[in-house]
Amino acid sequence: MEAIADGLFTETADGPRLIGSRCRQCGTVTFPRQSSCARCTSTDVEEHLLARRGDLWSWTVQRFRPKTPPYVGGPETDEFEPYGVGYVELPGECRVESLLSVADPEALRIGMAMELTLLPARRADGSEAVTFGFRPLAEGEQ
Amino acid sequence: MSAAAASVNGSDDVAIVGAGLHPFGRHEGVSGLEMAAIAARAALADAGLSWEDVQFAAGGSDAAGNADTSVSVLGLTGIPFINVKNGCATGGSALTTAHAMIVAGEADVAVVVGFDKHPPGAFNALPEEWGIGSWYGETGLMLTTQFFAMKIQRYMELHGISNETLARVAAKAFVNGSRNENAWRRRPLSVEEILDSRMVNDPLTQFMFCSPGEGAAALVLARGGRAREIASDPVYLRSVAFRTRKFGSFEVYSPSIPVEDGTPPTAEAARAAFEGAGIGPEDVDVAQLQDTESGAELMHLAETGFCADGEQEQLIAEGATEITGRLPVNTDGGCLANGEPIGASGLRQVVEVVRQLRGRAGERQVPGEPKVGFTHVYGAPGVSACTVLSR
Repeated sequence: MEAIADGLFTETADGPRLIGSRCRQCGTVTFPRQSSCARCTSTDVEEHLLARRGDLWSWTVQRFRPKTPPYVGGPETDEFEPYGVGYVELPGECRVESLLSVADPEALRIGMAMELTLLPARRADGSEAVTFGFRPLAEGEQ
Repeated sequence: MSAAAASVNGSDDVAIVGAGLHPFGRHEGVSGLEMAAIAARAALADAGLSWEDVQFAAGGSDAAGNADTSVSVLGLTGIPFINVKNGCATGGSALTTAHAMIVAGEADVAVVVGFDKHPPGAFNALPEEWGIGSWYGETGLMLTTQFFAMKIQRYMELHGISNETLARVAAKAFVNGSRNENAWRRRPLSVEEILDSRMVNDPLTQFMFCSPGEGAAALVLARGGRAREIASDPVYLRSVAFRTRKFGSFEVYSPSIPVEDGTPPTAEAARAAFEGAGIGPEDVDVAQLQDTESGAELMHLAETGFCADGEQEQLIAEGATEITGRLPVNTDGGCLANGEPIGASGLRQVVEVVRQLRGRAGERQVPGEPKVGFTHVYGAPGVSACTVLSR
């Protein structure tokens, strides 16, 4: 399945990784990658693959269907399925905004361990694709 | 940035001598530009001036057209009129511009106007216009409601704010709105009704959110030396400050944020406004703080310096931010009761403070002759404008 956009994430032997950038001058990490550093204004930046695991920094559940455009989602005639959204803090790197694999408020709490995964998505032309998301780690996985 | 007047009544001071609104809400058949002209005329009538007296104007909307085209109905007098389009800071930016022009000696009398007209439902900003890839919108991340929900979710966890407190903020807004003939939502709602309404973005329910709407607000500004000739009760614009985000602050439409926390633009703008005015938060008698949802009002209370993080739980329980409390906040019902026509919101706040400081706020008048007021707007992608006003 194709990615929702080029340059956002890549498949590795360990699983998917987000593609960010790292400033060679001050070490600041951003996602998605960009050509300069928002902290020190340097343009000396390099590509940097982000850590796969982090902690849930905050979250919400999107309970109404966002307007199209820009949202694509499933056909508008389908019943809307709420989805989880959160920021996951990747230690020493950055906090990434992301879809979550769960939309149950009882299953989400700030500080819980999360891991990068891929989730189904849809492009504006209706074709299916994958995007990145984070899923809670079970206790045995941590 | 914050040009301030250390003294009041000097020739370099800037005063507000007229304030006007077009009612907020839904107004089928009335264009945004027509609302702008109605608000501008109301402000001029309040000042006892005509459009021909105006030497400079600034204004704007986010989605309802170019402010300067309103001259075709206000009058083609040839004055410089600067269009401003700056998201939620549109009104604040227009005010900053007019203030600076008066201070610079380019005009003695200026008009600022903000207006907007949005369709029902959440804003649907396009990521490409905000420097983000289209994937961000396609996958359902381009929503201001999500941002505010996640910001207050974490804030509640860190600082012990309860869901009841969120609901109390909204209940206060609707009570105040019920006393405001220009507000959109004028039916008081109980804390229970607000808590039990549909969950929209956890932890925020339907009645904790404001809605995009329609309306217009306008002000007439005059150089201090002329202000008393024009108006018997001018309100001095002691300072106006506008800031954008710094590294590390958590902002709307951010695919990632740094692990290092930075100062939010609200805190920077508020500090600059207070410093510029030589007035502190403790001196303020009435404040209007951006309340696009009830959590925003709580967090902005702390970011603007009116309380410490976490103190809101107690303040709200005590009724401190009600009209009869020690720091009345959003006395006209705020965005929650007025809705959010983006371009008009920031100036609506100033209009309300002007009315309160002149003692002309009717049923919602803050008792005890308030002398100092404060306004604050915040918006995407991390902008804030604040003013300090005094009699």
